[in-house]
Amino acid sequence: MTLRVDDQGGLAYSGYNFAYLDEQTKRMIRRALLKAVAIPGYQVPFGGREMPMPYGWGTGGMQLTASILGADDVLKVIDQGADDTTNAVSIRTFFERVAGVETTTSTAAASVIQTRHRIPELPLSRHQILVFQVPIPEPLRFIEPSEEETRVMHALEEYGVMHVKLYEDIARHGHIATTYAYPVKVDERYVMDPSPIPKFDNPKLDMNEALMLFGAGREKRLYAIPPYTQVKSLDFEDHPFEIQSWDEACALCGASDSYLDEVITDDQGGRMFVCSDTDYCQQCRGEVA
Amino acid sequence: MKRPQLIRPALLEARNITRLYGPKQGCEEIDFTLHQGEVLGIVGESGSGKSTLLRVLSGLEKPDNGQVIYHRSEPSFSELTGTDLTTPEPAHTGLGGAEGALDLYAISEARRRALLRMEWGLVHQNPRDGLRLGVSAGANVSERLMALGQRHYGNLRAASQDWMGRVELDPRRIDDAPRTFSGGMQQRLQIARTLVTEPRLVFMDEPTGGLDVSVQARLLDMLRTLTRQLGLSVILVTHDLAVARLLAHRLMVMRQGRVVEAGLTDQILDDPQHDYTQLLVSSVLTP
Repeated sequence: MTLRVDDQGGLAYSGYNFAYLDEQTKRMIRRALLKAVAIPGYQVPFGGREMPMPYGWGTGGMQLTASILGADDVLKVIDQGADDTTNAVSIRTFFERVAGVETTTSTAAASVIQTRHRIPELPLSRHQILVFQVPIPEPLRFIEPSEEETRVMHALEEYGVMHVKLYEDIARHGHIATTYAYPVKVDERYVMDPSPIPKFDNPKLDMNEALMLFGAGREKRLYAIPPYTQVKSLDFEDHPFEIQSWDEACALCGASDSYLDEVITDDQGGRMFVCSDTDYCQQCRGEVA
Repeated sequence: MKRPQLIRPALLEARNITRLYGPKQGCEEIDFTLHQGEVLGIVGESGSGKSTLLRVLSGLEKPDNGQVIYHRSEPSFSELTGTDLTTPEPAHTGLGGAEGALDLYAISEARRRALLRMEWGLVHQNPRDGLRLGVSAGANVSERLMALGQRHYGNLRAASQDWMGRVELDPRRIDDAPRTFSGGMQQRLQIARTLVTEPRLVFMDEPTGGLDVSVQARLLDMLRTLTRQLGLSVILVTHDLAVARLLAHRLMVMRQGRVVEAGLTDQILDDPQHDYTQLLVSSVLTP
């Protein structure tokens, strides 16, 4: 048990090891992470622990964050791009209490960013680590329910079936209608589910300077994209990969290059489009002001 | 004077195959050679080991003993279309440039599965086992092409429609789910899905089982036409002697895991020598 002095000079929450998990567990996760970094896109099984919140709330991402966090790290947590939603606030508060680390909402200031469903708009640097919360790590799951079979398919690079889903999309909708969790091929080897980020964010995975780690708590799998790794979204020659685009700009900051959320404002059909990345939106407004 | 080649080169050889789950359960000491363009029927009662033999031959189950030898020679469809079969052995999915005899259970699993996917085909008795029911007919038919690396949606769709036409399905139903098709149509769809890559060897396990007689007759007629058009070699497992007579050039009769009689189809059905074959032939109902 450790007692830590926080930056206000008081004692941080005691009774827990630094960052909640015990040191053996963190070591085990770090070993799995090393393996994941060595084989980009490969799903490494790890001994996932119970976290003090339900599965589906980001237990996988939290375990990864807990095991890589150091005392001088600066943590940012986002949920759908926002720093102020329930999931983001509670995970941020959790690490403030059990690790006593500094937290921030600024993308540029953070050294570790835990995220659910988005990649920040601001380009990341090589000093940063992005941790994703992943619900279903297996991209082949929808077409091949057997875990044993999907592992063989990964091992033998039998990825033809991935295109069956895209084919089906075009046949039904006339275009590739998959808009999130859009499958990618990492380093020309493993097909990977980039977690439910919008496909708008897929190009940011490619050759990114930051280390990207993916943790799935319920499925007890983690995987990684090391910095400067080629990540290609799957597509057809005559239906190339495209990202979403909007006719509007952000109603708050006027940005036209960010991912927009549609917000319903009244019962008369009023709506507005705003940046899903709250920090980016605030930065933009700051520049204008 | 150039003489016609009477004996065609061997395509698949079974050497002393044994796969037993228990005494007389499975198949024992099976030896035969399948030549190119030949349709070989395996007949026998339920539990005679014919399905086990088919699983061993088609690479799904390792035999306790014996070898399955596959002879590769002419370039196959997948090689002609320039997919990864031509890359040398270490490639993950390729079969390598290996010519000549391949021992099915001595090569790596990767190559065995590539072979199954690219040069062989398997038609299940129940079309639901061979189809992906969650996706449309077109996706089902073009899946093997996508596995071979074709990434042009328009071409895939054209190939699917072409093959649906060839198995006498309405190409306009390309976007319908397989479960909206009748049993006979599902079986046709499965056949189209298997033949779309123009495999050289196709394994069929009771392809007409569970279909009513008129649907069966049309399916058999279509199969006969397709095998002749494509020069397919087929190993056909059936308990129905009429199906065997219509499709197979040669027959093997199995009982209790062993081959009791083998020879030309007409010879065996018209002049059965073994007691069991005589019983089998005399048991056929004629309306």
